[in-house]
Parts: sequence; C-alpha cells; structure tokens
Amino acid sequence: MNERVRRLRERSFNTHPTISIERALLVTAFYQENLGKYPTPILRALNFKHLCERKTIYIGEDELIVGERGPAPKAVSTFPELNCHTRQDLEVLDSRPMTSYHISKEDIDLYEGKVVPYWKGRSMRDRAFALIPDNWKALYEAGLFTEFMEQRAPGHTALDGTIYQKGMLDFKRDIADALARLDFLHDPHATEKRDELMAMDIACDAAIIFAERHASLAESMAATEQDPIRKAELMEIARICRHVPAHAPRTFHEALQMYWFVHLGTITELNGWDAMSPGHLDQHLAPFYEREVAAGTLDREKAKELLSCFWIKVNNTPAPPKVGVTAAESGTYNDFTQINVGGLRSDGSDGSSEVSSLILEVLDELQLLQPQVSVHVSEKTPEPLLQTAARVIRRGSGYPSLFNADLVVAEQVGMGKSIEDAREGGTSGCVETGCFGKEAYILHGYLNVPKVLELVLNNGVDPLTGKKIGLETGDPTKFAGFDELYEAFERQLDYVVSIKIATDNFLQRMFASYAPAPFLSVLIHDCIEKGRDYYDGGARYNTEYIQCCGLGTITDSLAALKKHVFEDRTISMTTLLDALRRNWEGAEALRQFLWNRTPFFGNDDEYADTIMQRVYASLLKTIDGRLSTRGPTYHLNMLSTTCHVYFGKKLGATPNGRFAHQPESDGTSPSHGADRHGPTAIVRSLAKMEQVKSGGTLLNMRFLPSVLAGQKGMDALCALIRTYFRLGGHHMQFNVVDSSTLRDAQKRPELYRNLLVRVAGYSDYFVDLDKYHQEEIIARTAQETC
Amino acid sequence: MAAGFIFDIRHYSIHDGPGIRSTVFLKGCPLACWWCHNPESINPQPELIYREDRCIGCGACIPACPQKAIARTSDGHVATAAACDACGACAAACPTLARERAGRWTESSEVLKLIRREKSFFDSSGGGVTFSGGEPFTQPAFLLTMLKACRDEGIHTAVDTSGFAARSALLEAARYADLFLYDLKLMDAAQHRTYTGVDNTLILDNLVALSRAGAAISIRIPLIPGVNDSEENLLAIGRFIAELSGIQSVHLLPYHASGRSKYARLGRHYRLPDTPTPSLQQQERAAALLRRFHAAVTLGG
Repeated sequence: MNERVRRLRERSFNTHPTISIERALLVTAFYQENLGKYPTPILRALNFKHLCERKTIYIGEDELIVGERGPAPKAVSTFPELNCHTRQDLEVLDSRPMTSYHISKEDIDLYEGKVVPYWKGRSMRDRAFALIPDNWKALYEAGLFTEFMEQRAPGHTALDGTIYQKGMLDFKRDIADALARLDFLHDPHATEKRDELMAMDIACDAAIIFAERHASLAESMAATEQDPIRKAELMEIARICRHVPAHAPRTFHEALQMYWFVHLGTITELNGWDAMSPGHLDQHLAPFYEREVAAGTLDREKAKELLSCFWIKVNNTPAPPKVGVTAAESGTYNDFTQINVGGLRSDGSDGSSEVSSLILEVLDELQLLQPQVSVHVSEKTPEPLLQTAARVIRRGSGYPSLFNADLVVAEQVGMGKSIEDAREGGTSGCVETGCFGKEAYILHGYLNVPKVLELVLNNGVDPLTGKKIGLETGDPTKFAGFDELYEAFERQLDYVVSIKIATDNFLQRMFASYAPAPFLSVLIHDCIEKGRDYYDGGARYNTEYIQCCGLGTITDSLAALKKHVFEDRTISMTTLLDALRRNWEGAEALRQFLWNRTPFFGNDDEYADTIMQRVYASLLKTIDGRLSTRGPTYHLNMLSTTCHVYFGKKLGATPNGRFAHQPESDGTSPSHGADRHGPTAIVRSLAKMEQVKSGGTLLNMRFLPSVLAGQKGMDALCALIRTYFRLGGHHMQFNVVDSSTLRDAQKRPELYRNLLVRVAGYSDYFVDLDKYHQEEIIARTAQETC
Repeated sequence: MAAGFIFDIRHYSIHDGPGIRSTVFLKGCPLACWWCHNPESINPQPELIYREDRCIGCGACIPACPQKAIARTSDGHVATAAACDACGACAAACPTLARERAGRWTESSEVLKLIRREKSFFDSSGGGVTFSGGEPFTQPAFLLTMLKACRDEGIHTAVDTSGFAARSALLEAARYADLFLYDLKLMDAAQHRTYTGVDNTLILDNLVALSRAGAAISIRIPLIPGVNDSEENLLAIGRFIAELSGIQSVHLLPYHASGRSKYARLGRHYRLPDTPTPSLQQQERAAALLRRFHAAVTLGG
C-alpha cells in the first residue's frame, strides 16, 4: 500500500468508536415539529432530507472517497425512532471492555434530557413490545429464538449494477413516470402509491443535497489549501460530488464515490442489519476499470489506491450499538458489508476480472475488520483466482469466505426467481442468499433447535428456570420408541416456530406502516414500478429467513437418544435425564460414553447423517413456505453467526455429552470435537443435506497453517473447496488456527480431536501428540500466523 | 477377495503422493527402525494402546478383561499386566477411548468401500490411495487385490515401501501400482542392520529391479541427524539413484520425534537418543548434496 493508504488505514484502525448523538437530536427535533403533518412515507423522506441538509459534513486529510454517516470517522449514530437507548445503555456502551463506544457525560445528559423523554412510548420498539403476546416473551426470554426486528431495521441488502447506469435524476424521471401512470379511477391503492412515490422523489433530492454539501466543503477547503497537489485533489473531489449521485458515474473514481453516497444514504435513513453491501463489486467496476486503463486515464496502482480509500470508509462505520446492552445476546457484534468477488454474470459467463484480483489484494494488504470479501466459485471460475483466495486465507484472518456460485443460483431459482436475476444475486450478511438489487430478503432471528428438544425432554418446562413455556408433549420416560420422541420434537418445533412467525408478521407490518424506507426503495427493483416501499413488498422478490442453529448439537443428541436409550437400551431415559439435570455431576463415565460411543454428525456416518437429514426435513416442513404478510415467503437459513454461543448459554446439558451453557455447534458445522475423520468426512456429511433448499448454510473448518503450507497445501485446499461445491455445498470458510486455540486444545482435548497438524512429512492429530511436541507446534504456529 | 490386517485409514493425506489421498496403513513390518513414528505398525499381531491422559479411572475395563490382566494403580489409573493378549474387550468397554486395539482384519471389499467414498476428492486433486504401513508387502495377497481393484475403478495408487520385500510380489505390484514411494535410509550395510534390524542388500537390489521394470518411483529419505545425514551416506544414496531410471522425485523427510509418545502408550522403549529435528540449513545442505544427482529433490513428502 502507498503512503496515503497507510496513513488512512492507521487512522481508521486506531480510531475508537464513539456514539454521536447528532442524528438523534436532529430526528427528535424534526419529529417534534412535523409528526402528524404528513403521511408516514413522506414524513420519513423529509426526515432523511432534514438529516442530509443539517448533519455535520466531514472530509478528512488524505481522503479521496468522502462522506461519513456521523460527524467524523467511527462516530456512530443512533436511531431513537426505532429503539431508544437509555442512560444505562449508553453508560454500559461507554465502559464495557469489549467493543465499547465512547460517549461523553455531557452527551449522555443531553440524550437523557432531550431524546429519551420524547421517544418513550413512541419508538417502534416501545410500541411493538406493548402488543407482543406473553407466550412469545416467555420463549424469547428462555432463549428459544431471537428477533432481529426488535433492534434494527430489516437489512443486509445488496445492490445490483443499476446505480452505475442511473443517477438520482434518472430515478426521479422514473418516479415521475410512475406517478403519471397512477390510476385513481380504478386502483384503490393509488393514494398510498402516490405518497410512497413522492417520498422516493424527496429522498433522491436529499441524496443530491448531501453530495452537493460535500462539493461545497471540498471547494472551500481547496481555497485555503497550501499544498497544490492536495488542492487539486480537493477540486477533483468537488467535481465528482457535483456529478454523483445526481448522475450516473463515468469513471472508476466516480463509481466508487457513487456507491459510497448511496451506502451512506441507506445507513443514515435507517439502521438496517449489516448496513449495505455493494454486491458484485468487481463486476460493477470492471467496465470502468477496463475502459480507463485502455484510454490511459487510470493505472492499476491508482485503481488500487481508490479501492483502498473506499475500503477504509467502510471500516469507518461500525455497527450501530444495540439497546438493552446488558442482555446476554447483545454483546459484541459487527456489521458485515460483504463484497462478492467472481461468480457469474447475468448471461451465465464467468464474472471474474482484473478487478477481482485487485479486491483480494486490497483485502490482504489492509487487514481490516470491514468490509469483508467472499469469493464466489463456479465451475467457470478460473483456478488462479481460487489460488489467490487460498493464499489470502492461509495468512490466517479467515477471509475470504467461499461460496458455491452455481448453487447460490440454483437456490434462488428454486425460490422462483428468473435465472438472470439469480445470477446477479449472491450472498450478503454472513451467508444469506439473495437477489441483489431486486429482493428484500430479511432475517427474522435465530432459532435454538436443540432447546426445542430440551423442552420435549422436560415436557414443555424450561429446566433452567422451571417455567412451563412450551407445549406439553408428554412424559419423556413414557415414549415407546424413538419415533414417538421425534414426533413430540416436531410438534414442539411447530409450536415454537408458529409463535415466532405470528410476531414476525406483526413486526413486518409495523415497519411497513411506521418506518418505510423511501431512499432504499429507490434503489431496489420494482419499488418504483409498484409504487410500494421496500418494507411493504415493493421489491421484485421477498423472502423471510429464519436461521436455525445447532444442527450438530441436535443431530448428535438425537443420535445418542436413539442409539443408547431406544435401540441398545444401555441407558435408561430416567438415568439420562437425571444426569442432564445434574449437568453430568457424578456421571462423567456416562458422559464420556455418550460423547465417544455415539455416531456423530460430520463423520460421513450414515446413522448420524440420516438423523441430520430428518431434522433438516422437519425444519423445512415447519418453516419453508409459511405465510408472511407478503405471501408464502418464509424460508430456511442455517447460519448462526455467534448466536450459537448465546443459545448454548441458555441450554442445559445435552444428550450428546455436552455440558450445560457450553456453545452449541455453529452454523451447519459439526459439534466441536465430534468430527473425528478429517475434512473429507465433514464435507461428505454436509453434502448429504439438500442445501439447495436453504437460503444458506455455513461450514467452518479449522486448519493449522502447516497443513496449508507450500503449493501442495494450497492445491489440496482448492481441490477440497471444489469438491465440496461439486457435491452441493453452499459455503465454506477456514479458520487458520492460532496459538491461543492450540492452548485451548491442550486444556480441552476432547473438543479438538480433529485438529490436524503437519509434523515433518506427515499429518497427525494435534491432541494425540505429547506435551513436548504440542509446545513446539504452538511456538511454530505463533510464528507462522504472525 | 482377501483380508488385510490394518491399523488405520487416514483421509485428506497430502504428503504421501500427489493430490488428496487416502492412506491405508497395513500392520506388520520386518524392519524396526529406531526412529519409526508409527511403532504400532511394526508388530504383525494386534496390540493394545493405552492413552493415560484420556483415562478417567472409571474402572470399566477391569471387569471387562477376560484375562484379569487389568488392575487399579495407586494414582487412580489402571495398569495392564503381561497376561494381556490384546483381545480388545477392555477397549470396547472403555467410555473415553483411552484403550484401543490396534490392528483389525478388514476385507478388501470393505477397504475399497471406504476408499471409493473419497473418489470425488481424488478426481478434483489428482490424488488417490497410498498403501503404507508397516510394510505393505508383508501382506502381498491383500495388497495385490487392492491394487487391481483400484486400477479397475480408475483410482490412482501408490505403495509406500521399505523395499524389504519378495521380488516377485514387488514386480507383480509394479504392473498395477501407479507410483512407488521407496524408502532409502542408509547405504552402509552394517549401519543399516544396526538401525533397522535388517540388511539393505535386498532393498537395493529390489530398487534396481523395480526401476528396470519401468515403475514410477519416488525416493523418500528420512533425514536423521547423527544417523544418516553424513555427507558420505547422502552421496552414496545420490550415486546409487543416479544410475536408475524412473526416479521421478527425491523427498527428504526431516526427522521429528513426534512418534515418541506412542511408544509409551504401547509400553515400549524408544531407542533413539534425544535427537533434534534437523535445522533448515541442515535440510538444505542435504538437499543440495542430492541435487547433484537428481533434479527434483524436495523437502517434505
């Protein structure tokens, strides 16, 4: 990286996140003045415009891409109209050890004095919670599920290439056409459509105003700038900000600034989960890059510098902190702005280009938390791109993650999207499949599947609290066979999911009615054409995802019950339940027996994998195609992010030999330590799941750096990835293990049985080595991953 | 059909030949090299492995033993007496996998089934199966059955051998195997006897015969400081292989004492004195010596 990028990176890296109360003050003042004067969409658009006109504008030293959500880098806004932080929330955020956000005492006082009183009873969260039924609250508090919409707006939206062909003025023309087509004579919804379209038009103006203010600031900074080079840069920034987003970009630089203004607009309007993602950024930028390189107006280094400047901008915008931060699940988290690299073009050809390599280079050099990169591998993806990705993975940051582009297309086609649209889709957030620029695919929260079994084993009672919160599915000691137990599990699952969906549907309408997003709606097809908001079914496609956690834990637990209690009858249900209640106290031999003598998921074992398939089928049956307020749009997702840790805390001991409160298995990965036959067996077990019917699965694999060493290690890794994808895998990511993980493996070897280590010319399992050699490998690993 | 006496099958093996491989470890070896990192591979009989660190002292093994060979020790663990005939009853009763029986008769069809499942990994990586050990040629009927079956299914095969084998079996295997991983340790016959327990004449003669038969061969040299890393030995190996055809590559495998902990689990004594892993300079020096005789010398498998 060059000097400019190094300085910008340093500043971004070293800046501690702060909370800016500016947005909250502006929004509160605006609502106090204007609530009741306008229809809601127009109120929201004017609120957005008010922010764009008044918020503090920032252009930093060295910057080439400009604009911040807050008044300065890493100054994070709050969104009191959705949920309002309390004084205690802000104090905890300021002082907590992990992922803290600093805020001054004066600001906390101001917030408590001016913001909190107005939004009490008015914020979306206050209004919604007053109407949420008790049965939902009981399950929510017990950790059966989480709810995304109680904290932030539905999100992880990604864009297609439209904004590189159309500016806000073009969108305004489309909006005017749609307004002209409204038919008040025959269409009963014409009035709502007019409100929404007028709101979109205001939102376009707001974005232009926001950019113009940056242009003016750059011009005034240029006027006093002594350094002629910086002066010229500032004049160029001003010129670009006068052009985008009003008009479509013409250059690589303008294209990046265009995206960034649009990104900032969406995350200023609302606090959608995972901010916003550019989608297939390499495909979007490639035409600009190629045209300008051919014309001699851009070279590779300059393009990389601009890309790096953009990168740092994304890193400057940490996630807005949650409210109720004392709650266990509201700990540390990040937004995941995901850049898709490679994949397919809408005509089905390979989507990779020189820009793909540039993006991977920037990722590798900057080593920042944000944005994150995923490489989309299709059968058409050239080997060198995969090899480049593998080399970056080996460096140890765990990125890029890898996706099966062909399967991601098939998943979408299965959900009814056109193949061209599906190819323009990809993944955002963690692993969620969606159609970029044309879909609202909304996460509704995680589902704690192992906890459902726990309710069955306790006849509807949560053993951690003693409260009866679930369905009475019968005395567990009276189940005649495994099938009877399993039927009870399915009934309990349906009960929990139904309660969740009922409230999700209510919350969808709350957002559609009280927090429409007119600016976001401008950017997503076919909101303008339909005259409907993104949150009100305006997008061409709509999907609701429920993310099911703990697949490994539930499969292994059911396998243990089936084998030992119902088939071999070596353990009675009463004995097992008693041991679970005591968290294995005095029953270590029993626990070890279950942990070591049960067929577990992740070993290509038919016994366990058949149970996994059965659970997956039950989840599909219970969730897929359920009715939302937008139609039969519920689908399955299989990611856990870090929720498997929270869910584990809310779960007692489980029949697979897991201790109470320990994490569950993550994503669709096997339980930690349950997979004992190497990476190929994991891949084959996972391949038995019909992943194409989900909206995303997640497989974490752990390797020591030594196993990835040399060209041989790289070739084998690439072949492993290709094979998994040919067998129908959706996603895979690699944790290159560091020395602290190895220390943990020494302490808890049973959780790390599958950790391969390369010793001289062969590989062995780390936990099988003696202490002396483990120490040597830890020292070596620390060196290799630094 | 033939049954093999096997102690392990490992998948995602990337150091025993090209691509992603499955390695089948056959139990039993006529050599007993001091540095052997798979001591459980030597004895052609079943053996009991005891991992003390996994033992929780539950005592489930004690009544399970038909020989009454297991007794509790003062530290809460258990000890196995000489009466143990490695029947494996205790391993079946052990909840923690602290006790394990090494060695299992497995039908070739069963082994083939396990290998076949890995075929998609072989295909995408140019990999296949490696038969290792132990010495695979101690079980020639099983080995040949497997090699033929793999050839019929289009699976690449490699045989990892000490070369201490019957000539006829070796040459017959050469008709079916795609690659031989052939160990060379010491060129001096007396020293070879000291450190491995057998003479090297047969090994060297076999290598010549294999080369003449047109086999593809990869030479593997464990590099053990103070044992076989002298300039004299390495030059002798180099001169020897320079005369041969079909040598595709030469691999130096730096010694690593990681197998040492396995000796204790088997109740055996590790004979090699404290020997460090050769430094990178030592490895490079050895590689440079050998490069005088062969172009493709690499460090590692």
